[in-house]
Amino acid sequence: MSAFGVTFRRELALLWAGGGALAPIGYFLGATLLVPLAMGPERTLLQAAGPPLVWIAAALSVMGMLERLFQADLEDGSLDQMLLSAPPLELIVFAKGAALWVAIGLPLALTGAPIAIALQAPVERVPSIVASLALGTAGFVGVGLIGAALTASVKRGGVLLALIVLPLFAPPIIFGASVASGEDVAAAFAILGGCALGGLALGPIAAAAALRLQAE
Amino acid sequence: MSARGPFRDRPSIRVEALSLSRGQRVLFEGLSFAAASGAYVEVQGSNGSGKTSLLRAIAGLLRPRAGQIAIEGAEDPSLALHYVGHANALKREASVRAHLHYWAGLFGGSPSEDYVAQTLGLGPVMSLPVRVLSQGQARRLALSRLIVAPRPIWLLDEPAAALDEGGKAVLNEMIAAHRASGGIAIAAVHEPLGAPPSQAVRVAA
Repeated sequence: MSAFGVTFRRELALLWAGGGALAPIGYFLGATLLVPLAMGPERTLLQAAGPPLVWIAAALSVMGMLERLFQADLEDGSLDQMLLSAPPLELIVFAKGAALWVAIGLPLALTGAPIAIALQAPVERVPSIVASLALGTAGFVGVGLIGAALTASVKRGGVLLALIVLPLFAPPIIFGASVASGEDVAAAFAILGGCALGGLALGPIAAAAALRLQAE
Repeated sequence: MSARGPFRDRPSIRVEALSLSRGQRVLFEGLSFAAASGAYVEVQGSNGSGKTSLLRAIAGLLRPRAGQIAIEGAEDPSLALHYVGHANALKREASVRAHLHYWAGLFGGSPSEDYVAQTLGLGPVMSLPVRVLSQGQARRLALSRLIVAPRPIWLLDEPAAALDEGGKAVLNEMIAAHRASGGIAIAAVHEPLGAPPSQAVRVAA
């Protein structure tokens, strides 16, 4: 099997091992489903506050998975092996990002459906909310690769990681929330798609460059 | 390339006036040596003298402060070497078998499950996750990378760490077979592995 294939499969298996990938989904569900409990069932209030809260929770769920993404590889020597293998590090980083999105991003997007309904979103809007979460989490992962690589050698680098990554999470959050509240949906989708493609194209390249420096 | 057959390329390594530093500290300066096909080089030196850094520099993982490292005669430089560092590069939750298949895909080799089970004695733990292995078994698994994907140059950092007598004997046999097929092995050791090296390199400030 190709280097991409084996890396993707291994990362997916490691993410699911011991239910590790369930934690961000549980966090996402828990954080968002507390909103109607805390705010009361009033429809207009929930429809206004729901979309931004869902997107902030999604961003934080993805961010929680980033800290150990490359740090573990750096500490246990796996990063050296990735650097010494013939396939370019960019491809391996891309495979890790793809596995992270399949393990976290896709389930988050699907979880978005029951959450949207609980937060009083119109039912006909649920499919576009799920699709926007799928695109938005791909953008989060793309940008997140860079932050995770830059902070791989920093002990307890979670705070630094948040400082680097959260400002870059802003565009998907802004336009994702506008899909969820039904404003300028077509334009918002175009920008979300751009964020996802841009993140997935540039993230692996920038992350690989950062990792090469960290390995020294 | 066959798994354990002779290497078509006759590799050689030339290190000239090499100087390495970690942070602000200069580890050593002006180190020169050459190793030809079939050589087994033991790198000796006290703790912190730069044995690991020398191996990492040859692997291209550490940029030298000054000097040259030339690897010649390898057909494809990206397939020239293996590095077994003191970290075993293992994932606690993945099984022994999963590691072999992963490396075979990453490095372009074959998982060689039967051969690894036989020579390194990992047969009984093949399906178990790494977290239940002993230190010695984990080291054996790290060394199995050398078998899974053939590379003409082996860089081994304390390869016998945590190995029992049987493990050390297997390691010596692996190195002997590697040399016989034209490969080069460079090992950083604090005590000799057993088989006499073709040359010894001392690193010291």
